[in-house]
Amino acid sequence: MASTFDTVAGIIAETSDVPLDQITPNSHVMKDLEVDSLSFLDITFEIDQKFGIKLPVEDWMGRVNEGKDSGDEYFVIGNLCAQIDALRAAVAQ
Amino acid sequence: MRLETFQMLDKIETLDREGQTLVALAHVPRSSPVFDGHFPGHPIMPGVLLLETMAQAAGYLLMSLNNFSRMPFFAAAKTANFRAFVEPGALLKVHAECVHLGSGYAVMATSLTCRGQRVSDARLTMRNVPFPSPALEKHVVREGRRLGAMEPGTVC
Repeated sequence: MASTFDTVAGIIAETSDVPLDQITPNSHVMKDLEVDSLSFLDITFEIDQKFGIKLPVEDWMGRVNEGKDSGDEYFVIGNLCAQIDALRAAVAQ
Repeated sequence: MRLETFQMLDKIETLDREGQTLVALAHVPRSSPVFDGHFPGHPIMPGVLLLETMAQAAGYLLMSLNNFSRMPFFAAAKTANFRAFVEPGALLKVHAECVHLGSGYAVMATSLTCRGQRVSDARLTMRNVPFPSPALEKHVVREGRRLGAMEPGTVC
């Protein structure tokens, strides 16, 4: 079974034409991979569908814009994968 | 339809909040300056206006689902197919279905039929955001009333 990272990296590569070998757990989706907000919507949709969750991107953006959290917490891929795993665990309960 | 003001829908025929589907009616006008150029001697609805018609149906469905608390903006058309010419005077049924309601966005399946024949379909992504201005909110709510999206009697 593919890891969360492998699945997310595959989605990003397929959705936004970023070469798969450039995607690492330390990559920031926007800053490093230059994924724009529309492409990130596509990525979010694919993640939602693939994992059966609803990424709370609006809440995340709100927290980042209010200075409560750093964007790295959500948009660095390793952290994004951790968020996905937590949401999956919550759905499974 | 009033093409010049982008008033594409005439009436919501059915709205199913539970099933997240909507069907609206759109009567293509018999004459419009649009047809003077598109095309001389062969007037047909421009594909972009058919796409806008489907996007508006998707938008009113989403607004009905959130009680007109947010404004959907057309963000992307992943596919758009125009399968037959749509001529002046045509009566269109505009179908919209919510495929996925995400956080701040939605993916919608839409189509147009004319006399039972599918003439167009599109998979749309809509951004679903707070109203950017009170004037727009007022306008959209008024349009929602005109279409029947806010009257309990017409809403399933």
